[in-house]
Amino acid sequence: MMATLKLSARNLMRYHRRTWLTAGLITIGVVAMLLFVSAAGSFKQVMIGQITDSLLGHLQVHRKGYVASVDNLPLNLNVGAKMIERIKTELKAESDIAAVSIRLKLGAMFSNFSETTSIRLNGIDPTAEDAAAPGLRTRIIDGGREGSLVGPGQILIPDLIAKGMKVKVGDTVVLVATNRDGSVNGKNFTVRGVLEPVTGPGGRDGYVHEDDARELLRMEEPEAMEIAIRLHDLAKLDKVEASLAERLEKLTNKDGKPVLELHSWKALSPFANIAGMIDLMTLFIRIMLVAIVLVSVMNVMLMAVYERIREIGTLAAIGTPPRRILGLYVGEGLLLGLIGAAVGVAVSLAVVALLNMYPLQFPFGRQFITLAPTLSVAEVVTVAVLVVGMAVLASLQPAWRASRMDPIQALRHV
Amino acid sequence: MALVEATSISKIYRSGDVEVAALWDVSLSIEAGEFLAFVGPSGSGKSTLLNLVGCLDHPSKGSMKVMGTDVTALDRNAAAAFRGEHLGFVFQEFNLVPVLSAYENVEYPLLMVRSWPPEKRHAQVMKLLKAVGMGELAHKRPDQLSGGQKQRIAVARALVSEPQVVLADEPTANLDHDTANKVIALMKHMRDEFGTTFIFSTHDSKIMEAAERVLLLEDGRLIKEQKS
Repeated sequence: MMATLKLSARNLMRYHRRTWLTAGLITIGVVAMLLFVSAAGSFKQVMIGQITDSLLGHLQVHRKGYVASVDNLPLNLNVGAKMIERIKTELKAESDIAAVSIRLKLGAMFSNFSETTSIRLNGIDPTAEDAAAPGLRTRIIDGGREGSLVGPGQILIPDLIAKGMKVKVGDTVVLVATNRDGSVNGKNFTVRGVLEPVTGPGGRDGYVHEDDARELLRMEEPEAMEIAIRLHDLAKLDKVEASLAERLEKLTNKDGKPVLELHSWKALSPFANIAGMIDLMTLFIRIMLVAIVLVSVMNVMLMAVYERIREIGTLAAIGTPPRRILGLYVGEGLLLGLIGAAVGVAVSLAVVALLNMYPLQFPFGRQFITLAPTLSVAEVVTVAVLVVGMAVLASLQPAWRASRMDPIQALRHV
Repeated sequence: MALVEATSISKIYRSGDVEVAALWDVSLSIEAGEFLAFVGPSGSGKSTLLNLVGCLDHPSKGSMKVMGTDVTALDRNAAAAFRGEHLGFVFQEFNLVPVLSAYENVEYPLLMVRSWPPEKRHAQVMKLLKAVGMGELAHKRPDQLSGGQKQRIAVARALVSEPQVVLADEPTANLDHDTANKVIALMKHMRDEFGTTFIFSTHDSKIMEAAERVLLLEDGRLIKEQKS
């Protein structure tokens, strides 16, 4: 085996320019692939992190039909106090759940005493919200990120409204809301902070304390429109979603019908489609890499066989078993793949390290995304195995041809 | 028992509807230790006959036994194994592997064909290199050697696995007069030293003179046999 590989290596070095050119081409393919995967992965993680950590959470529970009419912020599709307790019991049984935030969502009129606009509000328990959506705090661009997210009588407003209504931190504003029965209620709030926008639905929402929301809606019992759930590990999303869906299915109304619906962030944010597109593009890049390796290695190996026909004839004549001749050429493909993969991985890791030392920032809407690419061991191993495997596969046909060559014909070849 | 026993062998090539007999009804017997040459003009069938003895080709008719084995029944793998085990080859154009040194070229059959252990391999390679007078140039690549030196290496490679038969196809055709004589003398010496049978295909008069038995072929037929 080692003797065959040694001879394969010598043969590769016989046409060293061609070998380095091919290995270089494979290297470029590997670098392009790994850098794309790391950059796209970084973008995806940043976006998913921003959407889930600062807004949606990983999973959300609603009363059936709420999500379909969420644009209207209906007040008649609430989860009642008893049901909230039953849900809490079920959520406690899931060890993968890290935090839960129970939200009241409502539409209100926002007034600065001279102008009025509409606002979507989230009534939250600041401590629970902090745990379920730890990124919300990082979106506070004015008003300080320390202390409670929002206290009684305070409001966090989106930047868009702050600018449009010329309202700043410390100003007093009035919120007027209509409750489920159609009666109107108003309350003064102090602006606690201004939130930067975030991609997805709810990115322009304001936040008030849950007690204030309940007061505005004249609710006597705790009710909820949305229960946001954060997991310890996002990678377990599908598993937890399936398990939780089963649990929640058991929570029924008087007629024995399920009353709740469960959605993951993917179903709630349009970015899930972009993430899917990124995965699809990664697949296309992978296919391109496979094509590069296949075409370049096969081309080189076919040339190698054609140029060494007499030599193959000699080796066959002196008794080299066909499988060894096959191994000799497969070995050349294997080494080409190994060199390309090794150099490609090394260059990619170096570039990724460099990008982490000098991070790049890209404008994305009104925000900046900092690219912090990483490469997982699994991704590196996958790409390396793919490249080496394809190189071996590409060399199989020429190698097979060489091993099946008639020694007499080969020896006569000029 | 004869080392090589050919009985009424014919080799017919087909090109469309046309059949050409490269060999026709040839019978011969070669004993161990012979220094023998197939001679004849181009197209007489001497190389075809050498290829059949060397298990590189199958006869269209007749039987061919080498060392008691019916080589016409061997498939590709078995024929390769048989060649590696029992036969050595010397080619007109030396056919050394250009990326390997003289030492590695000689070592190749032991490493890739016979899988000898390293120490035994080294001893055998050095023995052969010294025997052909190339011990000092073992590290040289083929492109650093003269034609005569290359053919010496080729002879050493053919003999390194201790074959019973060495088949040499026009081994002196690419050598000058003096070098050709030296290579012929070397091969005869090797035959004397190792007892190996040498079979040549040639029209070199020097080999014909050196050969102890000459089989003359013409139009695919064995027409004359001459012993010295």
